[in-house]
Amino acid sequence: MKGQPTDIGMNRTGVQIAPKLAKEMEEGARKVQPPPGDEGKIAEVRNNYHSRATPVGTMPPPGTMKGMAKAVGKALKGEKATALLDKLGERLAFERTGVRLYEAMITKVLALGELDDIGLTEEALRHLQAEELEHMYLVHEAIENMGADPTVQTPCADVVGVQAEGLMQVLVDPRTTIAQGLGAILNAELVDNASWELLVELTQEAGNDELANAFEQARRTEEEHLRKVRGWYEALARREAEGVPHFTQPS
Amino acid sequence: MALDLTKEKGIPLDQQRFTWPDMVRTPISKLNDDAFTRVRVILMNGIENESWIFQHQFARVNGALRKELARVRRVEQHQQTLVNWLLPSDQSVLETTIGYEQVAVEVTATVATHEPDPYMQQVYRFGLLEDFDHLYRYSALLDRLEGKDANDILQNYTDVMPGRPTWVEHRHPDDDLRAHYDRKKAHPLTKIHAMLVLAAEQQTRNFYATVGNYYADPMARQLYAEISSIEEQHVTQYESLQDPNEPWLEKWLLHEATEVYCYFSCLQQEGNPRIKQIWEQMLAYELGHLNYVMDLFRREEKRDPFEVLPRTLPQPLNFASHRDYVREVLRDEVNLRAQGTRFVPADQEPQDGPSATYRDYLNSKGSPSETVSAGYRWMPGTELIARAQALRAQQAGVH
Repeated sequence: MKGQPTDIGMNRTGVQIAPKLAKEMEEGARKVQPPPGDEGKIAEVRNNYHSRATPVGTMPPPGTMKGMAKAVGKALKGEKATALLDKLGERLAFERTGVRLYEAMITKVLALGELDDIGLTEEALRHLQAEELEHMYLVHEAIENMGADPTVQTPCADVVGVQAEGLMQVLVDPRTTIAQGLGAILNAELVDNASWELLVELTQEAGNDELANAFEQARRTEEEHLRKVRGWYEALARREAEGVPHFTQPS
Repeated sequence: MALDLTKEKGIPLDQQRFTWPDMVRTPISKLNDDAFTRVRVILMNGIENESWIFQHQFARVNGALRKELARVRRVEQHQQTLVNWLLPSDQSVLETTIGYEQVAVEVTATVATHEPDPYMQQVYRFGLLEDFDHLYRYSALLDRLEGKDANDILQNYTDVMPGRPTWVEHRHPDDDLRAHYDRKKAHPLTKIHAMLVLAAEQQTRNFYATVGNYYADPMARQLYAEISSIEEQHVTQYESLQDPNEPWLEKWLLHEATEVYCYFSCLQQEGNPRIKQIWEQMLAYELGHLNYVMDLFRREEKRDPFEVLPRTLPQPLNFASHRDYVREVLRDEVNLRAQGTRFVPADQEPQDGPSATYRDYLNSKGSPSETVSAGYRWMPGTELIARAQALRAQQAGVH
């Protein structure tokens, strides 16, 4: 990568880059009479669609969830079991995407250089990636053991897919730095930690202690992921803050 | 149910209107709606776009009909919006791309099996195997970039496996031109087929050419660039099937008939009542357009429109899986190549001919479609399942 984003260059956004033009813009906008109302009108439109909307999707028909209630916990009604399965589907999808996010991070680190002094190496990242893969398969098997179909894209899985799109875009962009990539990974790991905590609680409440224990193991590992990623992210942010920016000629 | 075009008047053009909420409705569900509902939405967006583009081109060379064209075109614009906005936003660009390729495979397959002209059938089978390959390459990208399974979109109807490899599909423009039908002899269905497959491929080209820059990933950008180029070839191929001697008004008539035929096919097979109601309304609007253009045809061409149109609509498109048919075509014709307007076995394609030379240069610094799918085999739940199982087995071996 040529240059650093923290270098002083020719960023043309903001008003101070062209004060005279900015003044003309402001004066022009001040002279017009805007249409009546405020942004509350947008909420009215959204509310209208909210009232007519149906969910992004639902869980699959019961035929594909044979034996589910038994495995999840006898006390559970079908509806609650599908809620747990929806969250399991979400975790499965997120961990699967997580493996791909780490792959992109590894590519970036190999392209821009490993940072041995803070332990940000391919080996360290591969280790985290393999654990994401294990977690993915752990959830896959859990869903299967409940008699459900782990290849279903559940509604929550669908929605986290939308959330993760931005993270993926940051990581595969050859113009983003290692620090920016770590920001995306940190984002993913923070959500992952909170989500594993919830899964442990939900499986405990469902009375499935064996699964709750396995999920607790995964949660602890994810806690360690978060600690590491946060450490790298903060170390790089401090390094950038301490560095002396130099002027880069526009190419 | 047959549709008698001599009697069906539809809704008159001057009664066709929309509000913004009419156009912007609740979209279909990516997860719950049948894949063929999505196929129909994508196809009809392409059909509407083609009509809109055609009517603009027509208006640029015909002063007398500018007003009539502008009136019909405005409705086509709003119909296109209504239909295309039925696609949901939780369907990523790549997932929508999978949907586009499913349209290309399944709709081209139904066309190939219903087409009366043997040469045209061959052309459709040739194109089919190329889009079939695109589906496989994009599925690899979806798995490897977003960590998603293409089958969430395909719903088990369409295979994910290599077809004619995308990197050999690149041809010199001269080898993408086909022999056209004879407007005086061709079956009306032949004309409608040529129009609708062209419309589907054209929107696919336009979609890839527009969204290819959405992805930050250089691999994705390269793959969209490559497949968009093939879609341009397909537009060239299918466009060349139309008789260039057809008068413009005759072409307009055929466009409206194609829209009627496609909406009629959608209406016959739609399972979602809310969407079915939309197809019904759009069919009535298109019948209105058809009657409007039939009147213009009588006035301007001084001919009976039924010299061109069938009196009743032919058998509708079959929106269904064509797995066995596609596998058969794959087995028998994957090694065909185009040479001029003919199809020849790969070993008869001259190694120093224009297509080979063109292709070799394009691919001389690597092939995106080959790179993205290296070692890729579709399996339920993404290829990471196989990797996780291998890791588990490895760990078990160590312990």
